[in-house]
Amino acid sequence: MSNPGNLKYTASHEWVKTEADGTLTVGITDHAQELLGDMVFVEAPTAGRKLKAKEECAVVESVKAAADVYAPVSGTVTAANSELDGTPEAINSDPYGAWIFKMKPDNAADVAALLDATAYQAVVDSEAH
Amino acid sequence: MTSLKQTPLNAAHRAMGAKMVDFGGWDMPVNYGSQIEEHHQVRNDCGMFDVSHMRVVDVKGEGARAFLRHLLANNVDKLTVPGKALYSTMLLENGGVIDDLIVYFMREDWFRIVVNAGTADNDLVWMKQQAAQHAPQLTIVDHPELAMIAVQGPNARTKVWEALPGSKELSEHLIPFSAVEMGSMFIARTGYTGEDGFEIMLPAKAAPFFWATLAEHGVKPIGLGARDTLRLEAGMNLYGHDMNERVGPLESGLAWTVDLKSPRDFIGKAALLAHPPTLKLVGLLLLDRGVLRDHQHVHSAHGEGEITSGSFSPTLEKSIALARVPNGVQIGDSVQVAVRDKMLAARVVKYPFARNGKGLV
Repeated sequence: MSNPGNLKYTASHEWVKTEADGTLTVGITDHAQELLGDMVFVEAPTAGRKLKAKEECAVVESVKAAADVYAPVSGTVTAANSELDGTPEAINSDPYGAWIFKMKPDNAADVAALLDATAYQAVVDSEAH
Repeated sequence: MTSLKQTPLNAAHRAMGAKMVDFGGWDMPVNYGSQIEEHHQVRNDCGMFDVSHMRVVDVKGEGARAFLRHLLANNVDKLTVPGKALYSTMLLENGGVIDDLIVYFMREDWFRIVVNAGTADNDLVWMKQQAAQHAPQLTIVDHPELAMIAVQGPNARTKVWEALPGSKELSEHLIPFSAVEMGSMFIARTGYTGEDGFEIMLPAKAAPFFWATLAEHGVKPIGLGARDTLRLEAGMNLYGHDMNERVGPLESGLAWTVDLKSPRDFIGKAALLAHPPTLKLVGLLLLDRGVLRDHQHVHSAHGEGEITSGSFSPTLEKSIALARVPNGVQIGDSVQVAVRDKMLAARVVKYPFARNGKGLV
């Protein structure tokens, strides 16, 4: 699966989508779910929580391992995807649809500084060696 | 990067789409897609595992039984019928576990032992050293040239019989935990999943063909990821996690494999008798949402303990664990497990958690 070109990415394997109202939708990349394998538990941050960029703010657990999810930029959580409570495997089957949380960025310009799909792919490729 | 050791099936795994990982220095398949699907495949039908990284060691010569009586914590005198197998630990003088293993009695001058991959070299040194001291007439023969394929699940034996002409006649009357030779192959009705099936040892050069034949008969490959959740559900210990050189069998749920009643002496016996265990291994079922993992702390009314093997149980769809806790902890007790910044509720349960296709908790 290729990384959608309309998203931004972090080196820690989150994807970020900017919605029309400026809200950010955050999930983990196809590469991340592939590394982790079958997802069995997601702990998302609660709405209202203030996040600093690169702060650990969610946990995804596969059968194999637990992994932290980091805030892509500073801001405030506006929603958590409660559907993942019952269907964590949606992250495996549809990583770019199964969002984990939404947040309002403190500074919209921070998002522009994140990686684009090509730069993120370079990160993935470099990890393979 | 140091080069990883490969089994004879390495190319076959890659061709089947395996995700390969460094497993204690071996390049092994962790899954071929979904670990959970592979787990269910074994519980409900059957699957095959490459376990060629495990090591076969033969003890040959006159007095093999007497030597193993001394070397192993379980009593090889329980093995009276050729082909019969016994699970045992091999202990240090201080009672710590060097390894756990299966020993097959083939003839009075031939016992076959299968040991773990990560400990094999260490085991061999120990066995040769002990033999040199106590039974110099014996030869300890290492068989790195043997591959091993486990076929496990309710339909495993039937599939093997279909794939391997002549095997049915030889192996259909094998009782669980026994083995028979078939030419250069060694067919054992043993496993590490809590399901029926065979573990088959065969020459490395014959392994790719046999693996491909099993695949043609519809046997799905299963990675080491599912192997771990299957063995955990089946309540089987994993060396290095549930016991090690510092933790003996009595504190690892393995008292049933240690023969302390007979007058027989064995390495580690004196230490086990001198230090009655204060801890024991129990099963945990997580009641809250989350996943139990190795090394998480367990808080009980009787003091602290630690998870030795924790994961998600695909059969129960809940997280389960083996944990070492103070002796006072009883089945049914409520305990708390520290998971990151939270304390999660778990219940102490009897294990195995699942076997023969069914959840037991």
